[in-house]
Amino acid sequence: MKTSKKLGLALFLLAVFVLVPVMIAATGRKDLYYTLTSVALLSIGSAGVWLTFYIGRINIGQGAYALMGGYVSAILMTQAGFSFWATLPLGGLFCALISVGIGVPILRLRGVYFAMVTLVLTEVARLTALALPVTNGAKGITSIPLPGALSIGGVTLIPDFATMANPKLAFYLLAVTMMVASYAVLWRIVNSRLGHLCRSLQQNEELAASIGVNTAYLRVLVYAISSFFGGISGVVFVAISQSIYPSSFVVTDSVNFMLYCFVGGLSYVAGPMVGTLLLYFGWDLLTVAKDYQMLIYSSAMIALMLVLPNGVLSLLDRIGGKK
Amino acid sequence: MEQIIANGLYLGAQYALIALGLTLIFSLMNVLNFAHGQMFVFGGFVTYTVVAKAGLPFVVGLLASAVILAAMGAVAEVFLFRPVIKRSKRDESTMLLAAGVAFFLDAVILLVFGEKQRGVPKILNGVFNWDMRIIMPYDRILIGFLAVALIVAFIAFMQYSRTGRAMRALAQDRMAAQLMGVDVDRYSMIGFALGAMLAGLVGGLLVAVTGINLGMGGPTSVKAFMMIMIGGAGVISGAIAGGFILGMMESVGLTLLSAYGDITYLVIFASLMVFLAFRPQGLMGKPWG
Repeated sequence: MKTSKKLGLALFLLAVFVLVPVMIAATGRKDLYYTLTSVALLSIGSAGVWLTFYIGRINIGQGAYALMGGYVSAILMTQAGFSFWATLPLGGLFCALISVGIGVPILRLRGVYFAMVTLVLTEVARLTALALPVTNGAKGITSIPLPGALSIGGVTLIPDFATMANPKLAFYLLAVTMMVASYAVLWRIVNSRLGHLCRSLQQNEELAASIGVNTAYLRVLVYAISSFFGGISGVVFVAISQSIYPSSFVVTDSVNFMLYCFVGGLSYVAGPMVGTLLLYFGWDLLTVAKDYQMLIYSSAMIALMLVLPNGVLSLLDRIGGKK
Repeated sequence: MEQIIANGLYLGAQYALIALGLTLIFSLMNVLNFAHGQMFVFGGFVTYTVVAKAGLPFVVGLLASAVILAAMGAVAEVFLFRPVIKRSKRDESTMLLAAGVAFFLDAVILLVFGEKQRGVPKILNGVFNWDMRIIMPYDRILIGFLAVALIVAFIAFMQYSRTGRAMRALAQDRMAAQLMGVDVDRYSMIGFALGAMLAGLVGGLLVAVTGINLGMGGPTSVKAFMMIMIGGAGVISGAIAGGFILGMMESVGLTLLSAYGDITYLVIFASLMVFLAFRPQGLMGKPWG
């Protein structure tokens, strides 16, 4: 079992880092880079949502943090002259900090109450971006420079994106690297003491508190990590599109983040990644259906829910169970 | 001042009706109906088709909206929500289903009715004018009163009919209601149909005043969520209170804050967050839903 898991992981890494670029180069479908980069970035955001599901909270507010991270990066780059590589962690940390302030009161809510408040939060973020002077209102911030070179101690680790022959490939590799790192972190959290504590919160918060788990601290911590993921995915999104508007991340995006988790499966670490790939890629493929795109997409989603209410990855359990 | 209150009451009556449907579905099945706004838009388009296209009276249009939406709600409950609730490990899974239904209805509305803003001809002409203090078109007044009448009828139905009593029992304790011989499946279906019907009716009422378009579905759902958060999820009196409070806040905010730009909703959202920090269960909700 152990070796087969390692083999699977190696295959996965080989596929995303080598096979996908090779295949794209061979078939000439360069447009797929954008799609796959988006999938990778969105799956980082949904990894955060998944983590809040893990403590039993339904989070429909990830769009707010993606927007916030994007704006922090855009403002720092255009107005304070920061490098992209500095804004990447800063955007995430800013979101984590804000989420602590927001999380302390609202994490006392549960079930649909928490879900609805986070949904409202997405609207708050959008309206704030419209109202604040620093975000430039509805006009948004445009012509944000591409990521520059990253060098530590004179050694250039990553060349300037603007001078590259193929920045799309570079963005793809960046997004995929971040995705792999995020899921490694997620996996580590789930398989640690923190993960055990999270599961105890998911099952019964009062009981967990009664045996000495600091539930208030724990849920704020988890929410902050989750928002960090949302923030960094927003930062890279802004770097790719080189622009950000208050409508860059709206309620629909927040709902989508949640749906990706559901479709993949809430009890599997890789769930949000699989869900994002299926839904986003599926949506992209369905553009051929034109007017009927939405109809087919939503019907497929409903059908999926009827057949596999516990997510696509629950198929693995079924196969495992039969053996 | 009188004008602001009149506007607030008019908005509040519509909002309360939307929130009632949402809260009914939530209290019976623990389902947060993301598709509520889309059902509302669908109801509006049905009335539009019946009244403006087929040339039938407005009342027929409203009835058609009510019947079609009720049927839609019943079908959604029996064939979609019931099987998923029975088989899923976590009850949040119904949220995905509800969101899927919302997308589906959006697609259907786009294909069947198109994306244009639609309205029906005025059902009443003239403007009520009380000494320039309250100015309101007669059709708005009529719609406002119809909405209030529907709210009263709904409360009476829940309070005094056998079906209403069964649904209230179900909302209080599903297991106990079942043990007392309430047919849980049947009343869940009726409740869902009733909730969808209310959404459709408001859509039908609004199409006569402001018209309706495809994009109104999502924002309406968000507003409805806010109302039931203010009042407390799953409580009928809470939904009504939430609807009127939001209507009033919107009316006051649009007048007082217009000098500072378009920040009414930002202020409303922010105050809601502060309010929930102190009273997470809303005005009348039970703690932890």
